[in-house]
Amino acid sequence: MLRYIGRRAFQSAIGLLILFIAVFFLARLTGDPAKLMLPINADEALIQEFRVREGLDKPVAEQFVRYMGNVLQGDFGHSMRRNVSALDLVLTAYPVTLQLAFITMAIVITAACVVGSLAAYRPGSPLDRAATVTSLATASSPDFWVAITAILLFAVTLRWLPTSGYGLDIKYWILPVGVLFLRPFGMLVQVVRASMINALSSAFVKTARVKGMSEGRIIFVHALRNAFLPIITVAGDQMVGMLNGLVIIETIFGFPGIGKLMIDAVSARDFPVVQASILVTAIAIFTLFIVIDLIYVALDPRIRHT
Amino acid sequence: MSTATADQESVQIRRGLPWYLLLWRDKFAFASAIWFVLLLSFVLLGPAFLNETAIRLDLSARNAAPGFEHGWLYIFGADPLGRPLLPRLMVGARNTLAIAGSAVLIALTVGGILGMIAGYLGGLVGAAIMRLADVISSFPSLLLALVVLYILEPHVMNIVIVLAITRTAIYLRVTRAEVLELRERVFVDAARSLGGSSTHILRTHIAPMIAPMLATIMTVDFASVMLAESALSFLGIGIQPPEITWGLMVSQGRNYLTQAWWLAFIPGLAITLTALSANLLSSWLRTLADPVQRWRLEAPKVEKAAK
Repeated sequence: MLRYIGRRAFQSAIGLLILFIAVFFLARLTGDPAKLMLPINADEALIQEFRVREGLDKPVAEQFVRYMGNVLQGDFGHSMRRNVSALDLVLTAYPVTLQLAFITMAIVITAACVVGSLAAYRPGSPLDRAATVTSLATASSPDFWVAITAILLFAVTLRWLPTSGYGLDIKYWILPVGVLFLRPFGMLVQVVRASMINALSSAFVKTARVKGMSEGRIIFVHALRNAFLPIITVAGDQMVGMLNGLVIIETIFGFPGIGKLMIDAVSARDFPVVQASILVTAIAIFTLFIVIDLIYVALDPRIRHT
Repeated sequence: MSTATADQESVQIRRGLPWYLLLWRDKFAFASAIWFVLLLSFVLLGPAFLNETAIRLDLSARNAAPGFEHGWLYIFGADPLGRPLLPRLMVGARNTLAIAGSAVLIALTVGGILGMIAGYLGGLVGAAIMRLADVISSFPSLLLALVVLYILEPHVMNIVIVLAITRTAIYLRVTRAEVLELRERVFVDAARSLGGSSTHILRTHIAPMIAPMLATIMTVDFASVMLAESALSFLGIGIQPPEITWGLMVSQGRNYLTQAWWLAFIPGLAITLTALSANLLSSWLRTLADPVQRWRLEAPKVEKAAK
């Protein structure tokens, strides 16, 4: 098992390197930061000075070698817009996104497992119909649109909650978490339901019933555990999407997370910040992939990673 | 359990009902079908008749509220330039549906095939494919979009490609996870020992088993791709005006949220309704295709009695 983790970590490192190289060169294809960051009437000398200061006057390959050398020493460079370390910017922004993502996913997985299992228990029952239609509706709602509609309703019209802002107070979290919850929840309930219908018709469920086991235990302990593989896959993919930054939610609700940092950096061609944030998010995501694969093994011993 | 109930009540089940009767039995699916017929007529007729009115400015109707004040074209109100919302919705329907539909199909095909290969063959090829999927899904979709759309141009086809790439990994991963489990089953062993080739086993034995799971994800994905397109538009890197899509209309309307809520609300509602209809229809289709579940449509009254 340790060898497996080691090998996966090694493979991930190669993946990271490919990603990192791709980002470095692709980012430079999108435009010249000198033209974006300096005033529109800046003269040639000023532009040249900026390029020299940021090392952009060298050939791209040379820039890359120098940058990699610095990164290996833990130096990710400075933001081109503000004189702050790029890594510091990323490490202050990421916890905000992580909190939002983990809180939401914890609620989503719990709620989806309960609702999906109950719906699967009697397919076609009114409860199942209600759960299916509700989950389809939440999965179909664009979070972008729900967010601005919710702001219009709860913040502008009713004045119950702030329109945007970030803080420890729970009032700042209700709308973002609530909006973020809807689509993953709807999608996951579908998967839980489909997978649970399958599991509940298996022989081991009949055996458990014959043995006189309580229905609650059958559903939530035995069937759910066997139905968990596709659930983990889809939940994991949703989590990956969140770890990449919640651009829409963070922009609309003014959360200083990594998604907002990244989109701002990308549109300003602030390359050091773009590279640092992509590296940090990618490390988080690759770690999550390994954890998911370990969960597969823990749930289903027939799957062996060697 | 459900099979047992079906057997008991099978007397009342009529086989061979035409599909439209089965559709009528599921009222939600029926309503969805009507919505799609409506949308299709928008897509086919909208651009021909309404291209002119969709871009005609009428400053006297700036931010006109929904109603009949300015004629039936203005029933959903008008935008800050006085362009009526209804024709714009109809013209936007075509772009929105075509972009989301083709992106999902491309992602499904590529992801499904790669996932089956990765899951069935395993080994080095499998590991390589999975690491490729890891790279794709850890690559921020926004940067990908930005790069593709800056190098190429924000043309409809390029947006389809960007959306398809970002959605491929989920199909790949789900397919692989299912195949990993399926290939250990006895019927696959049987097919293999009878001399079935890998392609034969994947196509005739494994693909049908994973299709329902993929269909579930695909239809829900249709919604998220429509949303992703609107997110790109919101960030200013998606479809560019004067092209019209629903997502673009939502993002344009966002600036006028407090003065003219309908500008963002109504196109968003259209996105939601379309996605919901796709999902309801697919859930009906799944019931229809599933021999264990199909009786619920064929004998809806039995369903009530069985409770």
